[in-house]
Amino acid sequence: MKTHVIVFPGSNCDRDVAVAIQNIIGSSPEMVWHKDSTIKQSDLIVVPGGFSYGDYLRCGAMASTSPIMKSVIENANKGVPVMGICNGFQILIESGLLQGALIRNSSLSFICRDIIIKPTNTKTIFTNKSKISKMPIAHNEGNYFADSNQIKEIEDNDQIAFQYCDENGHINAHSNPNGSINNIAGVFNKSKNVLGMMPHPERAAESIHGCDDGRNIFESLLS
Amino acid sequence: MTSSNWQFDTEKSLVESHGLKLEEFEKIVEGLGREPNLTELGIFSAMWNEHCSYKSSKYWLKKLPTSGERVIQGPGENAGVIDIDDGDVAVFKMESHNHPSFLEPYQGAATGVGGILRDVFTMGARPVANMNALRFGDPNHPKTKHLVSGVVGGIGGYGNCIGIPTVGGEVNFHPSYNGNILVNAMTVGIAKKDKIFYSAAAGIGNPVVYVGSKTGRDGIHGATMASAEFDDDSEEKKPTVQVGDPFTEKLLLEACLELMKEDAIIAIQDMGAAGLTSSSIEMASKGNVGIDINLSKVPMRAANMTAYELMLSESQERMLMVIQPKKEELARSIFKKWDLEFEIIGEVTDTKKLILHMDGEEQASIPINILVEDAPEYQRDYIVNDPSPLINFESKDFEDKDILSDLLKMMSHPNLCSRKWIWEQYDHMVMADTVVRPGSDAAVVRVHGTNKGIAISTDCSPTYCRHNPYEGGKHAVVETWRNIVASGAEPIAITDCMNFGNPEKPEIMGQFVECIRGMGDACSKLNYPVISGNVSLYNETNGEGIYPTPAIGGVGLIRDLSNTMTISLKNEGNVLCLIGENNNHLGNSHYLSIIQNREDGGTPSINLDDELKNGKFILDCVAKKLLKSVHDVGEGGVLVAIAEMCISGMQGIKIDITKDFLHGFFFGEDQARYLVEISKNKLEQIEVDASKSGVKIERIGEIGGTSISINSIGEIELSSLIDHHTKWFNEF
Repeated sequence: MKTHVIVFPGSNCDRDVAVAIQNIIGSSPEMVWHKDSTIKQSDLIVVPGGFSYGDYLRCGAMASTSPIMKSVIENANKGVPVMGICNGFQILIESGLLQGALIRNSSLSFICRDIIIKPTNTKTIFTNKSKISKMPIAHNEGNYFADSNQIKEIEDNDQIAFQYCDENGHINAHSNPNGSINNIAGVFNKSKNVLGMMPHPERAAESIHGCDDGRNIFESLLS
Repeated sequence: MTSSNWQFDTEKSLVESHGLKLEEFEKIVEGLGREPNLTELGIFSAMWNEHCSYKSSKYWLKKLPTSGERVIQGPGENAGVIDIDDGDVAVFKMESHNHPSFLEPYQGAATGVGGILRDVFTMGARPVANMNALRFGDPNHPKTKHLVSGVVGGIGGYGNCIGIPTVGGEVNFHPSYNGNILVNAMTVGIAKKDKIFYSAAAGIGNPVVYVGSKTGRDGIHGATMASAEFDDDSEEKKPTVQVGDPFTEKLLLEACLELMKEDAIIAIQDMGAAGLTSSSIEMASKGNVGIDINLSKVPMRAANMTAYELMLSESQERMLMVIQPKKEELARSIFKKWDLEFEIIGEVTDTKKLILHMDGEEQASIPINILVEDAPEYQRDYIVNDPSPLINFESKDFEDKDILSDLLKMMSHPNLCSRKWIWEQYDHMVMADTVVRPGSDAAVVRVHGTNKGIAISTDCSPTYCRHNPYEGGKHAVVETWRNIVASGAEPIAITDCMNFGNPEKPEIMGQFVECIRGMGDACSKLNYPVISGNVSLYNETNGEGIYPTPAIGGVGLIRDLSNTMTISLKNEGNVLCLIGENNNHLGNSHYLSIIQNREDGGTPSINLDDELKNGKFILDCVAKKLLKSVHDVGEGGVLVAIAEMCISGMQGIKIDITKDFLHGFFFGEDQARYLVEISKNKLEQIEVDASKSGVKIERIGEIGGTSISINSIGEIELSSLIDHHTKWFNEF
C-alpha cells in the first residue's frame, strides 16, 4: 500500500501515525509537506492530529487552505481513502470534505483520556474489522455539532462512523466525553472514502500503549 | 557605600530601581573605569540579579555531588546530560517560573514550560516528556482555585500544542504559598551522545545568528522582578510577564533539530531570562571570546525599540547561534521553510567584550569577565535553627476504631486526593511512547524505537523541610529515588529547583544551607548526582517567606520495558507485603495535619543505608520478575498507599494484621518502605531472599473483593473511596 501523511506546521501526531502505519500496514508512509502541491498516486492519505497553525483563528481553518489540500480534495473526490484524526478531522471539516462542525468540549477543558467507541457502520473500508474499541482522545474542540437536518442526513446515509459508548456498547450521556450530538466520535463523507475521527487509533496500536484496539482501523484498510 | 556620600552622576534611585545594591554599582564603575550608560546599567542589572547570577547560592551549590559514571554534562550548561546506553543520552532540567505564575498564572506557567523545553532542545535533544512540581496556598484561600486553574491551563496549553506529553508531576497545598505559588517545570529529552550541542561561542569572525520570534517589549526586567519580594502593589508588575506562543516554539524546535542534523551549528543558546543579554554574554563567556552585535538587525515586533529594550526584552521562542560561515544559506533556508526569523546580527570577536551598536552608534562596551567572573558572590550569614522536636506518639493517644473514616477524610483532602482532573487536561500520550501514565510513582516513557525507557519523578515535602531542613533535603532526593525504584528503574541522576524565601535573612539562608547538606548526603550515598538545576529565592510577600522547597526531579533507566512496575494491584489472590521497618512515626505526617490540624512532631529521619538496601532488594526482585506491582510508601503512610493501589487497579484487599498501635502502623510516615504485590507461589522465595538480605518483609493482606477491609475494624467500598478521592477537583 502506498500511503501518505500530510505534515502541517504544528502537526504533532504525524510521526505517531507513521509508526502505526509502518507497524500495521507494513510500509512506511511518505511524509508530505503542506506546501507541496500534489500527491500523485495514493492508497491512503492521513491528515494527522496536532495543533496546525497553533489552532489559532479556528482549529483546522488555516491548514485547510494550505497548498496540499487542493490535491487531498482531488484525491478524495477520485475515491482515494482519506483519514483525518483529531486535528485532521477538524481540517477535513474546514476543507468541506466532511459535514458538521467541531466546537469546544462541553466541559470547556482539554480532555486526554481513554474512551470507548462503537462502529456505527461496519461496511466501510475503514471499519470492516471494527468492534467496540478503547482508545485515547486528546482535544479541546471535539464536540461534534450539526443542525438537525444535517444530522438526519448523515444518519440516513449511514455516515456516522463511530459513537462514544460504555463498555457494553450502550450509547448514553455518561459515556459522552465532550458533548457531541448523538455521541458522534467520527463521520464519513457520503461515499465513505473519507473518515474523520476525534479518537487516536495510533495511540492504541501496540501492547505498550496498554491497549491495541486502534489497530483494527488500519487492518480494515488492508482487507 | 552609604546614601549620604553618593558621588556619582547616575541617579541613586535609578540604580536602586534596577535591583542593584549601591556597593554593586560601585563595583561596576570600578570594573568599567567609568559610570555605565543606561543600556549598560540594564545589562548589569539583568546579569547580576539573583536569578541569573546565583550570587547567594553559588557557594553552597558547589558542595553538591555532580559527577558519576553516567554523567556526561553536569550543571553549567542549558541542561544536564546522562548516558542511557547504546549511544543515547537523556537531557533534562527543572526550572522555576514562580513569580510570573503568581502574577499571571496561565502565561506564567505556559512560558515556564516553553523556557524549559528550549533549554533541552538547545542541547540537541528532542523533548520527550514534561513534568512539573506545583505548590499552591491554602485550598480555601480566595485566590487558590483561580491560580490552580490558570497554571494547569497554561501548562496544558503549551505542552499540548507543541506536542510533548506532560506525563506527571506533583501538587501540594499549604498556606505558606498563599502569596507565592511555585511553578517548577521539568523537561526530559533524548539525543545521541555524539550530537550534543553546547553554548561556547568559537571562531573569530563567525556569524552570530538570531532565530525564532521577533523581539517585542514583553518581559522587560522579568528576571529582575523574579529576584525581588512581592508586596501589596505586585499586581503592577504584571507587564513583566511574557506571553507564550507554543506554535512558534514547535516550529523553532523542528527547525533547530533539522539544522542540528547538518554540521552547521558551532554554539547555541536559548534566549530565556534576560533574553539577548544573558544569551550573548553566556556564549561569549563560555567560549572566552567577545561578541559584537548590531542591534538594528534584531527582528523587532514594535516600532522604535531602544537598545535598552532590545537587550532586556524576554520575548519568548528565540535562540542565538554561532554558525559555520559556509552554512549560512543552508541554515537560512531551513528557518525560512518553517516561517521563522533568521538574521545575522553580529559576529564573534577576540575583544572579550560585549560591544553593541545601533544606528551606527556604540551603545555599550563591557568586558565579559566583569559581567561574569567578577559578578558579586555572597556568603550570606546564616542561622541553623534546631529541628522541631520529635514526639513519640502512643496508641493511647488515638481511638483506633476511626481508622476507616480517617482514611476517607485523608483520601478526599486536597493534598492526597486524585489529581486526575489535572492530568486529564494535559496530553500525556502524544508521541505514543508513554508507558506509565500519570498517577503512578514515576512516569515511564519509552526511548523511541527501542525497548528501554526512562522513569521520571518529581518530589518534595516542604513541611518536612520546614521542620528539619537537613532531613527534608535528604527526603526530597530519596523520595524521587524510591519512586523511580518502584517503577522498576535504576535511578541515575537528578535536577533540582531550589525555592526559598529571602536569602538576606539568616534563618532562610540557614534553611538553604541545611537542605543542600541533606541533599548532598543523599545524592552521595545513593550515587545519584545533581546534573542541572535552578534557584528561585525571594519567594516572599510582605515579609513572609514560603516553606523551604527544594523540588527534585529524578530520572532513571529501565533497560527492558517488560520490567516496568506500576502501583495498580493486578490479581485477586495475590498477597500484599510491606518492605521496610515500621516505627510508627506520626510526626509532621499527613494524618496529623489533615485529621488533627497539627503541624508538629518532627520530620522522620532517613537512614540512607536502609534506603539503599531496600531499594536494591526491590530492583533485584523486579529483575527476577517476582513482583506484580510496587508502590513506595510516602505521604499519608501505609493505608493511603494501599488505598491508592486498590483504586488504581480496581481491586479490593482484605488486610489481616495484628498491631498494638494501629494508627501508627497505618498512618506513620517512616521512610525506606514499599508495598509489593506478590503471587502466592513466589511468597516464600521472596521472604527467604529478604531475610538473607537483611530486609524486613511483612504480609499485610490478600487482594480481592470490592472493598478495603481491615480485620476487627470493618470495611469500606472502593466505589465510596473513589467518590471521596475525586470529589474535590471534580467540584472545581
